[in-house]
Amino acid sequence: MTFEQIKDKLKDKNIGIAGCGGLGSNCAVALARVGVGNLIIADFDIIEESNLNRQYFFFNQIGMPKAIALKENINRINPNTNVIEHDIFLTEELIGEIYKDCDIIVEAFDKAEMKQMILKAVHKHFPEKALVMGMGLAGWGDNHLMQTNNYGNIFVCGDELNEVSDESPPLAPRVGIVSNMMANLILELLLGTNEYQKHNR
Amino acid sequence: MNITLNNKPESFETSSLTVTELLELKKYTYKMIVVKINNRLIEPSDYETATINDGDNVMVIHFFAGG
Repeated sequence: MTFEQIKDKLKDKNIGIAGCGGLGSNCAVALARVGVGNLIIADFDIIEESNLNRQYFFFNQIGMPKAIALKENINRINPNTNVIEHDIFLTEELIGEIYKDCDIIVEAFDKAEMKQMILKAVHKHFPEKALVMGMGLAGWGDNHLMQTNNYGNIFVCGDELNEVSDESPPLAPRVGIVSNMMANLILELLLGTNEYQKHNR
Repeated sequence: MNITLNNKPESFETSSLTVTELLELKKYTYKMIVVKINNRLIEPSDYETATINDGDNVMVIHFFAGG
């Protein structure tokens, strides 16, 4: 497929991104760069200086709501990507509403409880939709541990091993790797070249 | 019995297991998990009673912080 053909296939696609931190901001930017037509992004948080070690924001955006700043940044990269932003705290019910027209949902939260919550929400509201999750991105090094596992319609990218802690913080390289693995998998699903999808649909 | 656990074949000597028994046998000690049997989501309150039988497709997905 040429890039023109790829862009043509992606222009009507709609991806829901839950969380605009390290995973969400970098994954959204990758999807916008390749021409995904519609992104629905949500986050309740505001940008702090400590986020800039991995999140796709700029120094002069400190203090801005992440969802609004991410829309601004995506518009600067590819104004052809239509972004709907929600500056809200996501719940099971809200996920059922705002992502109902999405082709794929991206879990990009930091807290474990929120990751569990969105899996349950997707199971409840959209059992057929693919959910792409990020799990295991703390620290540095260990490129070889990065993988993608498939649990039915749930895809998990990351090392599934290294939890974030004071001694093992989330940093740009590994967070970038996992968020781009997620975007890469989404492309595979959208372009119909994913092996799991070929065998199960 | 033979089951599929997280996409891999697994054999057990018993003919069925509860979710609690499976988690103990496999030494899954993660604090936060979701369990699905044949794509049915099992609530934690049912782990003692929900049974896994021959041929079942079981998924145990664990969650921890980072994003």
